[in-house]
Amino acid sequence: MTQVKVDVHYVTRIEGHGNLILDAKDGKIEKLLWEVPESPRFFEAMLVGRHYDDVHHIASRICGICSIAHTTASIQATEAAFGIQPSEQTILLRKLLFDAEMLESHVLHTLFLIAPDFLGVDSVIPLAATHKDVVVMALRMKKLAYNLAEALAQRKTHPLSCVVGGFAKVPDLNELKALKKRLVECLNDLDVETSIFKTLKIPDFVRETEYIALKDPKEYAWISGQIASSDAPAVPIDKYLGVTNEFCVPTSTAKYTKNKRDSYMVGALARFNLNFKQLSPRAKKVAKELGISAPCFNPYMISVAQLVETYHIVEDSINLIDQLVERGVKEEPDKVKPKAGRGVGAVEAPRGILFHDYTYDAKGIITKANCVIPTNQNHNNIQKDLEALVPKILDKPQAEIQKMMEMLVRAYDPCVSCSTHALKVTFK
Amino acid sequence: MKAKVAFFDFTSCEGCQLDVLNLTGEELLDLLGAIEIVNFREAISNRSDDYDIAFIEGSISREAEIPRLQKIRAQAKVLVALGACACIGGVNCLKNHLPMEQALKMVYGDAAKYYDTIPARPINAVVPVDFYVRGCPIQTGELVKVVKALLLGKKPDIPNYPVCTECKMAGNICVFEFGKTCLGPVTRAGCNAICVTGGRQCWGCRGLVDEPNKNSEEEILKKHGLTPEQVVEKFKIYNTYAEVKK
Repeated sequence: MTQVKVDVHYVTRIEGHGNLILDAKDGKIEKLLWEVPESPRFFEAMLVGRHYDDVHHIASRICGICSIAHTTASIQATEAAFGIQPSEQTILLRKLLFDAEMLESHVLHTLFLIAPDFLGVDSVIPLAATHKDVVVMALRMKKLAYNLAEALAQRKTHPLSCVVGGFAKVPDLNELKALKKRLVECLNDLDVETSIFKTLKIPDFVRETEYIALKDPKEYAWISGQIASSDAPAVPIDKYLGVTNEFCVPTSTAKYTKNKRDSYMVGALARFNLNFKQLSPRAKKVAKELGISAPCFNPYMISVAQLVETYHIVEDSINLIDQLVERGVKEEPDKVKPKAGRGVGAVEAPRGILFHDYTYDAKGIITKANCVIPTNQNHNNIQKDLEALVPKILDKPQAEIQKMMEMLVRAYDPCVSCSTHALKVTFK
Repeated sequence: MKAKVAFFDFTSCEGCQLDVLNLTGEELLDLLGAIEIVNFREAISNRSDDYDIAFIEGSISREAEIPRLQKIRAQAKVLVALGACACIGGVNCLKNHLPMEQALKMVYGDAAKYYDTIPARPINAVVPVDFYVRGCPIQTGELVKVVKALLLGKKPDIPNYPVCTECKMAGNICVFEFGKTCLGPVTRAGCNAICVTGGRQCWGCRGLVDEPNKNSEEEILKKHGLTPEQVVEKFKIYNTYAEVKK
């Protein structure tokens, strides 16, 4: 009798806690679970009763890695509730700040969290000895992203200057000009990363699913647009509940979602599949070099899509800085007036579409809050992928099965802290 | 021999650990010359239960977290609280204002029964803590300072004067002049008043100085026509745990 028992209690190199459990006997799977036991944090309850000026400050603390995405979604939800249209300057600054987080997150994920799997080491730390130039390069890109966020909002983790209605402090253009030079140089670093990715053997596994992302006719959408799906017409963001259809499961503190199929995917690959045409020319060219084309149904390719997106992000940042330098930036007066009502904010966080939904009273105090987090939307899809993957690899050695399962989870770049942590695999 | 260091996270956003990963190349490689990181789930696959210094990020908000933390305390020679959630409870304690059942129901509806949750608390409410690296998020410079002091067997030199002092040195205009409330007069410095410099105000994420000058805060409020209640609302964001204990 052959037994396979995987029990990974807390998958490493992901944000937050997740367990993988596989129990199989004589080629028959008895139990296969992606468990999310992250400590529940009750942000929706914490936000009730808070004044709008404190809301995005608190909402940012949902997640350290995508705090800019949470802050932006939060601010945009409040602005939608109050009927505020941010100025052109604010939108440009917000997009640039957003790019900073996306750059940092994608570099962290592709080089620090994913690459060790392919290079046969347990973390980036041994790479500091064997691939020092790559580690130094990754740190350089991360630092650039941090410095860009610092120029705009004082810091990357829990940004400060971006507020409801605009920016409490505007950046120094000379600082942005200096950052532009480093962004141009960063494209060379990305070429080095691409040459590394070309050598990685990405597992060949395909499962088509529904892909959901923001879509904006004007550009590759990060902080604007409608909810697009591979399976259905686009809908406005305030109709998100009809797409996410959240439900609770006993194995997870995170809520699960589904739309047209059993599960759907959000994140870099979903964006790539839905918005490929709007990527920058250089990003498209690199996609071709890396052998990824839209639509792509291999979840292990999420990291490749992230790398392609990183080119777009860097080029977009350069363009935004050029625009800001050309038009100039000035302090804009705080004109925020609270109004009773409901507003929804939606952005593409590094891991996918994120919704914040607030209801305010006339004094600008929150009476109801709801947040739907990207990773929660992916949990169900991760489970369905595992169910399709594991039967195909059950004849392999246990260690290999476990690694393939862990790599699948890691590919999604789950940010379980937000979603509320998970991988426990049991082989019998 | 290198000191063995482990990082553990409890209820938190993991932003502080993330900022550890963002130490600049030089600082990080320097530190790696002096310490050996043996446990860091967010960044490393291998894990070891043999460590000297444990860094703890996050508050305690579930029954199951209590024995886990006690076990770490029993192993570690030195235990350091990392960030506002671990040091003072932080934003997690905001939920303590609601009866637990109501909070559960509000967020998870009928599925509330699946969730193990207790009022959130800082880690020193569960085990003794040797050192604190404060802030939401931490200042990585301060972390490096603390690690270096620990390796030398010295007590890290952390300010015990209010943020106001640093804010004046940073050349900021006092935010009370703009009619806003600020916790700078009573909050422990060490952040260079980054929030005020960024156009905002102090929210007290580093906790109170040891002997806060309550009279001076009240005087400032009175001078600007503000009430203590307005400040308490701001104070609750990070310091609910201290507030409730009083």
